[in-house]
Amino acid sequence: MLVKNLTKVSQLLINSKSQIRHASAFKFAPDTAPAELGETTKMNLCQSVTNAMDISLSQDKSAVVFGEDVAFGGVFRCTVGLRDKYGKDRVFNTPLAEQGIAAFGIGLAAAGATAIAEIQFADYIFPAFDQIVNEAAKFRYRSGNLFDCGKLTIRTPTGAVGHGALYHSQSVEAFFAHSPGLKVVVPRSPIQTKGLLLSSIRDPNPVIFFEPKILYRQAVENVPVKDYEIPLGKAEVLMEGSDVTIVSWGTQVHVVKEVANIVKEKLNISCEVIDLRTIVPWDYETVCNSVSKTGRLIISHEANVTMGFGAEIAAFVQKECFLNLEAPVERVAGYDIPSIPHVYEAFFMPDKWKCIEAVKRVVNF
Amino acid sequence: MTVYKLTRFFNKKTTSFIKSIYYRNLSSATSVSDRASFPGYKGEFSTELQFIYPENNAQIQCYRVMNRKGVVIDPSHEPKFDNESLLKMYKNMNLLSKFDMIMYEAQRQGRISFYMQNHGETAAQIGSAAALDPQDLIFAQYRESGVLLYRGFTIQQCCDQIFGNSNGSCKGKQMPVHYGSKELNFVTISSPLATQIPQAAGAAYAFKRNQNGLCVITYFGEGAASEGDAQVAMNFAAVFDVPLIFFCRNNGYAISTPVKEQYRGDGIAARGPAFGMVTIRVDGNDLFAVYNATRAARQIAVKESRPVLIEAMTYRLGHHSTSDDSTAYRSVDEINLWEKDDNPMNRFRNYLHNKGILTKEMESEMDAEHKRIILECMTKAERTKYCKPTEMFLDVYDKPTDLILKQQKELLEHLKTHKEHYPMNSYEKL
Repeated sequence: MLVKNLTKVSQLLINSKSQIRHASAFKFAPDTAPAELGETTKMNLCQSVTNAMDISLSQDKSAVVFGEDVAFGGVFRCTVGLRDKYGKDRVFNTPLAEQGIAAFGIGLAAAGATAIAEIQFADYIFPAFDQIVNEAAKFRYRSGNLFDCGKLTIRTPTGAVGHGALYHSQSVEAFFAHSPGLKVVVPRSPIQTKGLLLSSIRDPNPVIFFEPKILYRQAVENVPVKDYEIPLGKAEVLMEGSDVTIVSWGTQVHVVKEVANIVKEKLNISCEVIDLRTIVPWDYETVCNSVSKTGRLIISHEANVTMGFGAEIAAFVQKECFLNLEAPVERVAGYDIPSIPHVYEAFFMPDKWKCIEAVKRVVNF
Repeated sequence: MTVYKLTRFFNKKTTSFIKSIYYRNLSSATSVSDRASFPGYKGEFSTELQFIYPENNAQIQCYRVMNRKGVVIDPSHEPKFDNESLLKMYKNMNLLSKFDMIMYEAQRQGRISFYMQNHGETAAQIGSAAALDPQDLIFAQYRESGVLLYRGFTIQQCCDQIFGNSNGSCKGKQMPVHYGSKELNFVTISSPLATQIPQAAGAAYAFKRNQNGLCVITYFGEGAASEGDAQVAMNFAAVFDVPLIFFCRNNGYAISTPVKEQYRGDGIAARGPAFGMVTIRVDGNDLFAVYNATRAARQIAVKESRPVLIEAMTYRLGHHSTSDDSTAYRSVDEINLWEKDDNPMNRFRNYLHNKGILTKEMESEMDAEHKRIILECMTKAERTKYCKPTEMFLDVYDKPTDLILKQQKELLEHLKTHKEHYPMNSYEKL
């Protein structure tokens, strides 16, 4: 009896494991940091987040880090050790209220302090939507630049995680991309995270920094130890190609990179892969230059397709590159259902197979 | 079952463990001295099944210094102002009330798009403003123009903002009455209600860390206090022990909604202790009561580094705004009664008359002088042009993004051929 039960349990474990493995079907390929950034050390994405905040806290005495459960190190371990190092008045828990966290950060920033706020999951940023969209985004504008909250950065974990279901999986960047005054950033790796987060913290505008939580532990690479910035508003061409441009951000970059390798090998199609990195202000120049060259564009993101940020890119590119386009712009994104239904994640995701099909469609058009 | 009998079945270690549980349970059942020690509650247990009925609690009393005739009730509470300071306060009240009347008319004549009066709440505004350090940071709602005037904002600055001209504090980007002043430490007003309250808590935290000896004050109405942001702000402020004064103007109405439809508790003040805040309710029509309370609150906030809640009870004598006719939901008789019997300006005026500080002659001189200033400023503001249309592309970010610049270029191209369809003459030249 006992043996039978044990078998059942282990079978369940195996099932759930395989489910998780399947859902996170991307291959993280570490980058090599530019040599000029010097010495590196192995970090996963959450350690690179901690490292960036560590640098900020050490350099800027006004900087504070706060949110739900950040004091003991955070539910994803992104703030480990910071409280011990910088004191409990600089790294502290807040009451459980997202609108309060955002507003508190706005107030700190308006009073001249560097505010690094954490919203535990991007799915829970909506209670703070009013504070972010009506207040943070418009603070400078509405005061004729008398006041601003540019020293505010809101960090929040985003994206699919294999089993996060409806409220631990969402990619909500498009909601904020529609609100002038905010900058929106999504990194793809630890090296990128550190450089982009340091830029976000120092940028004189409020920034929402989405951290792909599936990469927190899975993405490990050699991250430069020193202080460095990666500019906001600049996309990065990761793979040069001549037939199709694929634009993506966050975890999905790794999916489309793999797609580019597969279609190169199996179908001899050359893809140019672009990591957008900053959603607002987005680097339309890099994207349009690439599409002018390749004549074909695929945009891929985890968020729902309708009114996702891919729609903005598609509309913009068709206007700017109309004469260069050889095929309709394709969007491979999440379906227009609440993202992400628990046990259906594998089917929901804009995975490599769906992307490969899109590549075939645009090439054969 | 006795402890002795148990020992036969268990070894010595187990027995002592069971013994300890046994005695603990025994003492909790019989002893009243056993205290609750939950993480969320430490205190006494009770064997009575007793609910708290809030209506059985004594209401929080309303602190006052002067009666309705402007007579100080207890001289030991009379603030020690010199005549000049008293006159400054009255002048500000007078100026604001004249400004209110003239702007109201200006809106009615279509010269400005919108206005919100301060009628009935001038004592709460001026009394609190006088008790603050000029460096204390203010986060206001929108009915606090008196606070700003007291700090030195000029009628010209008010008019420039209201008319939206190029001298206006927000360069014509916000509706009238959404003032702001960096040099007077008055954070620019925004329309979404209550959003400023938790922001003030954040600013107060920065002040606390700076140890600058200053505090932050946030004003809000009793209607705004129903917003989630208000609860969040009180909780954050209390948890972080910040030097912040919550100043609630309870004027009885949120547009048409009377307080009976706003809350069931003992006003806003009753919420203060629930959040662990020092709290007071004051007669908001009594300038001295408001002054004393705010001054003491400031002391507590700064010295003890903790938030204080002041609920100033008053009555909104004017309409909610120029887009509102308040007689649609309250009687003219009701308004007139308050206007006559409990008018904060009359009360303070009576006090000054009784003291011989203000005379009828001074009043009529002041009226004429203020009217002249306001009309002059208004005319000047009206004649000053708006910023260039391209101003609207600025200050979205610290620097315009490429996309915004591209869109600005589009507008300029468009205006090259179509400017006759736009009111170009009202704006500075491109």
